[in-house]
Amino acid sequence: MLSRVADSLYWMSRYIERAENIARILDVNLQLLLDFETLDDARLKEHWEPIIRASGDEVLFYELYDAPTSHNVTDFLTFCRKNPSSILSCMLAARENARTIRDQISLEMWECLNQSFLFLNSSNARSVWDSGPYQFFKQIQDFSHLFQGLTESTFSHGEGYHFMQVGKYLERADKTGRILDIKYHILLPSVRDVGGAVDAVQWGAILRSCSAFEAYHRLFVASVEPWKIAEFLIFNDLFPRSICFSIRLLDEYLHRISGCPAGRYSNEAERVCGRLLSDLRFGNVNDVFAYGMHEYLAGLHQRLVEIGKAVYESYMFHPRVDIAAEIATQQQQ
Amino acid sequence: MFFENYHVGDFFDEMFLADGSVRPHYAAILERMRELSLEDFEGKRQAVDLSFLSQGITFTVYDESGSTERIFPFDLMPRIIPNREWIHLERGLVQRLQALNAFLQDIYSEQRILKEGIIPARYVLSGKHFRREMMGVSVPNDIYIHICGTDLIRDGDGNYLVLEDNGRCPSGVSYLLENRQAMKRAFPNFFPMAGVRPVENYCEELLRMMQYIAPNGKEQPVCVLLTPGHFNSAYFEHCFLARQMGIEIVQGPDLVVRDFKVYMRTTHGLQQVDVIYRRIDDDFLDPSVFNPDSLLGVPGLMNAIRAGNVALANAIGTGIADDKLIYAYVPDMIRFYLSEEPILGQVETLFASEEKQLSHILANLENLVVKSANEAGGYGMLIGPAASREEIERFRVMIKAEPRNFIAQPPISLSRHPTFCEGDFEGRHIDLRPYIICGQNTSIIPGGLTRVALRKGSLVVNSSQGGGSKDTWVLYGDE
Repeated sequence: MLSRVADSLYWMSRYIERAENIARILDVNLQLLLDFETLDDARLKEHWEPIIRASGDEVLFYELYDAPTSHNVTDFLTFCRKNPSSILSCMLAARENARTIRDQISLEMWECLNQSFLFLNSSNARSVWDSGPYQFFKQIQDFSHLFQGLTESTFSHGEGYHFMQVGKYLERADKTGRILDIKYHILLPSVRDVGGAVDAVQWGAILRSCSAFEAYHRLFVASVEPWKIAEFLIFNDLFPRSICFSIRLLDEYLHRISGCPAGRYSNEAERVCGRLLSDLRFGNVNDVFAYGMHEYLAGLHQRLVEIGKAVYESYMFHPRVDIAAEIATQQQQ
Repeated sequence: MFFENYHVGDFFDEMFLADGSVRPHYAAILERMRELSLEDFEGKRQAVDLSFLSQGITFTVYDESGSTERIFPFDLMPRIIPNREWIHLERGLVQRLQALNAFLQDIYSEQRILKEGIIPARYVLSGKHFRREMMGVSVPNDIYIHICGTDLIRDGDGNYLVLEDNGRCPSGVSYLLENRQAMKRAFPNFFPMAGVRPVENYCEELLRMMQYIAPNGKEQPVCVLLTPGHFNSAYFEHCFLARQMGIEIVQGPDLVVRDFKVYMRTTHGLQQVDVIYRRIDDDFLDPSVFNPDSLLGVPGLMNAIRAGNVALANAIGTGIADDKLIYAYVPDMIRFYLSEEPILGQVETLFASEEKQLSHILANLENLVVKSANEAGGYGMLIGPAASREEIERFRVMIKAEPRNFIAQPPISLSRHPTFCEGDFEGRHIDLRPYIICGQNTSIIPGGLTRVALRKGSLVVNSSQGGGSKDTWVLYGDE
């Protein structure tokens, strides 16, 4: 497979996963606001700022908007073309990547991607959004699921598919980590609320942001408890949005690409990924609290960045050819 | 009810005779169209447009507010060619391509045709697309033009004339194939009874040709399609063809030349490439030989070609056969190389570079079509009868400054075809581009891209200037 094609498949898949996660975070948090009695500006800021941090760029936000109101934040994360992580920008980037490799993906995948882009870019999208964000965000998530289903059933499960899965699981692990990190920020300024009703609602929102509310309750039955949630979202081996699960599949697909047997490594990407996987497999929530949740998650994020870099260098990167030098060499021959 | 007020006018109409009666090969479709109500028709039209849009069968238009993607307007009324006409066309086109390939082989080696004075040497040697670098280079099986998209028109009497040969990188074949799909979806019940020859095996033929020209007859050669990238307006087509053939689509930076061989960069290292279907012009192919600023090309590609380690379709240097001065000599080529008389006619051509003809051209600019010798796509053209004073004067200055670069032709009144325009059918001018593949044998896809000038009275069929297209049906029989 051409390196450029692998790169595009990887990013296409990553951007779609990113758009889906942002849609879910926004959806859950908009609904969450409905449960609060009244929110002054300070409380609103408290509510939205961590979300901006988790999914985008805080500095950029304040350059474009004056205050973190619900409307501004959702606009920034949904339609803002200047924000490279907005849903629209992600879908645009996913489609651009798909366009450069149209011949490589199935017609069904392309049509799905193209239609959702046409929808998002149309005035119709705004009106769906205005009439009810719930419907709108649902549509984005549905689209992502449709795309994944079409990928499963119309696209050969060969090398290209493996690169798509690598992109997807890397992005998912990262976003689950960031969603958990939101909670850390919410807790920080008002320690007195810990354990209160609001807190339970907010932790519930974290679970919902990962589609994990029901899965969590099935496992623990008990009420919402912060460390159990952290344990679930980081270490659960079966839930498909947990970090451990994502890294396990990431590891598996990396090995399928190289053909290297499981438990060993043939390149840097497999090495760093395998090391993270064993930390997650043999770790538990005590590590997280001993280390500090925020610090733990920041470290995790750093390691995911490292894996992404290693994947790029192992498979997609060829030392850039210096055209001038190349021309000179070829002219001498 | 459609066709109540249809007028043939003073033109050759593809569907109706001058007295208004329908030509026999159009009788069935006329009946079918008459059954349709305006709502039915509009419904079919919108369904087709929507399916083009959702499949992304678009081209990009750039304007001040950025870029927009548009679909190539498609007209549901098909153009129909009866079998006997097609057989004639086929023979004529094969003959022409044989002569052009013989010509290219000759001028890049012995240059017999120049030595014997059939074509003045200065016309070939001064051609913008004559590539000295190809002198003495042998290409597999002596084929230079593997894919040819000849532009044909019909004059007032219905004679097919060759307008241009397009032996460089002709585009548009994907529209032909997609148009056929669209028609089948729009008329699922009518189509099977219409007796239309299928076009679907084009990509198979294309791949077979590529495998045939592999260097040293290599078995299972690695074939790729070289594209300038997704900003190119024909990128949809590049993807379409590569996908249908199951070959890689590569860009310049994906390829690298080492030891006179071409390789592509893959996730598992470098892999050798044997045959390249290139959709990049000569100028941009190899920055170490041609345009040094090109980022689209592959440095060293020419070295690999010279060493015989890679085959290109089409070969480098075919553009000289597209030169509009050389076009005028194609009938002579046919006589010289094949000892045959040309089967297809072409448009009479005056050279601005010949003193006598130049004065005639300059005196009659308002009655002639003037074309730049090396442009394609409807650029650099003056249609005298429709041009303003200023345009004519502008061309007068340009022609005087660079006579080698211009030719003039009498205006041909293109044939017209019923085309749906706001509620009913009206006559619009059309042309025809069949696609010819030359490998082990020469085959022509039965059909072609019929382009139609949608603007009333317009003679320009190019998509960038308000053109649309039609499905083209070649029938098994004559009715």
